[in-house]
Amino acid sequence: MLIKKPHDIKPSEITDESHYLNRRALLQSAGLMAGGLLLPSLFNPQTAEASVALDSYPNLKASAFSTDEKITTYDNATSYCNFYEFGTGKSDPSQYASKVKPKGWEVTVAGACDKPGQYTLEDILKPHALEERIYRLRCVEAWSMVVPWVGFPLVDLLKRFQPHSRAKYVRFETLYDPNLMPGQKRNVLDWPYVEGLRIDEATHPLALVVIGMYGKQLPMQNGAPLRLVLPWKYGFKSIKSIVKIEFVEKPPRTSWNLSAPREYGFYANVNPAVSHPRWSQSRERRLGSWGKQKTLPFNGYAEQVAHLYKGMDLKKQF
Amino acid sequence: MPAFLIKSVVFLLCLSPAVWLAWQAFNDQLGANPVEVLTHQSGLWTLRFLLLTLAITPLRTLSGWRYPGRLRRMFGLYTFFYALLHFLIYLALDRALFFDDIWQDIAERPYIMIGFTTFLMLLPLAITSNNRSMKRLGKRWKQLHRLVYLCGLGGVLHYLWLVKADLLNPAIYLTIFLLLMLLRIKPITTWLTFRRPSLFSH
Ligand code: HEM
Repeated sequence: MLIKKPHDIKPSEITDESHYLNRRALLQSAGLMAGGLLLPSLFNPQTAEASVALDSYPNLKASAFSTDEKITTYDNATSYCNFYEFGTGKSDPSQYASKVKPKGWEVTVAGACDKPGQYTLEDILKPHALEERIYRLRCVEAWSMVVPWVGFPLVDLLKRFQPHSRAKYVRFETLYDPNLMPGQKRNVLDWPYVEGLRIDEATHPLALVVIGMYGKQLPMQNGAPLRLVLPWKYGFKSIKSIVKIEFVEKPPRTSWNLSAPREYGFYANVNPAVSHPRWSQSRERRLGSWGKQKTLPFNGYAEQVAHLYKGMDLKKQF
Repeated sequence: MPAFLIKSVVFLLCLSPAVWLAWQAFNDQLGANPVEVLTHQSGLWTLRFLLLTLAITPLRTLSGWRYPGRLRRMFGLYTFFYALLHFLIYLALDRALFFDDIWQDIAERPYIMIGFTTFLMLLPLAITSNNRSMKRLGKRWKQLHRLVYLCGLGGVLHYLWLVKADLLNPAIYLTIFLLLMLLRIKPITTWLTFRRPSLFSH
């Protein structure tokens, strides 16, 4: 029921298209495209012919995992962000991150695997066919959005590094660079931002490596150039701007869990029955809306992921 | 300027944040999560007016300037006005009148409990802010209105407790509150006015 066949997704549902088209037209007429300003200086210019270096992704595979719920507007999804690396206000990331164009992005792969090393962003992305997945994302702060992400399954990436059987967890790290990310000049969290998954979670088909949204390149405030999206978990698990992936034996110490262990668990699966100590998680508000709706167990993905947590007391291991 | 005119201008100035918020809300200018903005802004204005009310006495002792004392009642009532607005926004929009959530909030969440208690303390202050109550209560009026210090403390604690990780803003309000409390302590004010009499005396 939750799994939709790809042909169920009408293109009109993908985004408010008029807005999208207008923006493109505007950019083109301004000659920005030709000027290469928008053409991702984010990525290495040498790789410009690779599909990943385009600022939009026209031929995306649709996904059976996509929802047909109403999509959050592009403006809302890109102007209202939690990305403390750029400041703790909701509009700080879009304000400060838009000026940042990191060049020559690299990802370090380490730990219990056969293929550790430094990978350029191009190395990371090259073999993967991109698809579009329209997921719900539920923030721990009781708001949510529906976003068409562009990416590929995390499992396909992790497999390439040939993890050892000792690798029980995967640890991810965000870029630490206070000059690019002014929010890191203050110690609101223990930088760099760290997140982690159990290996069976990380290799679940819903776990997505994301490089774009709304058919376009990911804006910096949404975690460019490379992030995770884990739709059954609270948003803070979907780590942004990843520079390191490490295969480890023990559960990694994750940032929000370190900051307030009573409030943010390692698993952080969306669970309406377990309140945050300071607010109820039973309902949520979609961005752009005034009302509230019920929050579903595992954010509505229980059918796909509930088996991962069989036998666990989700009230204790929240 | 005639007193009446001054009061009217101040009255409208105090009302303007509410009008501005309402205007933005009706014109869809509050961004992706309008309810959050309304909750936060109404809470902030409550605290600002509370601190403004508490600033009148120190201002008078330090500067000798007596006029603002005449505006204190208005600031106090505006504190209550914004608190009521904040509470109604919380009930009707933030928690969308889901009373199961609201009871749980008030019973289990210290920051809501403190906010609610503060609101309940502001209520009698607002009710007895008229001349008739002052006369009727006599000495006890003053005693009752000392509750305002607890309201200040409550408002600041409520704020400190509700932020997720970034304590900077509530810490600024806490500092201002503590400063305003210190400036009520006799030895401190005497020392300050004695040191710079030329600046402050009228
Ligand atoms: C009637 C009881 C009250 C309730 C139920 C209440 C509830 C709330 C809630 C739910 C929030 C938002 C919390 C969040 O988003 O995490 C909030 C924020 C706030 N409230 Fe209250 N509150 C109450 C009374 C008060 C009073 C009396 C004051 C001031 C004296 C106050 C000042 C604030 C402030 C300053 C904020 C934070 C604004 C910000 O984060 O920018 N509240 N309140």
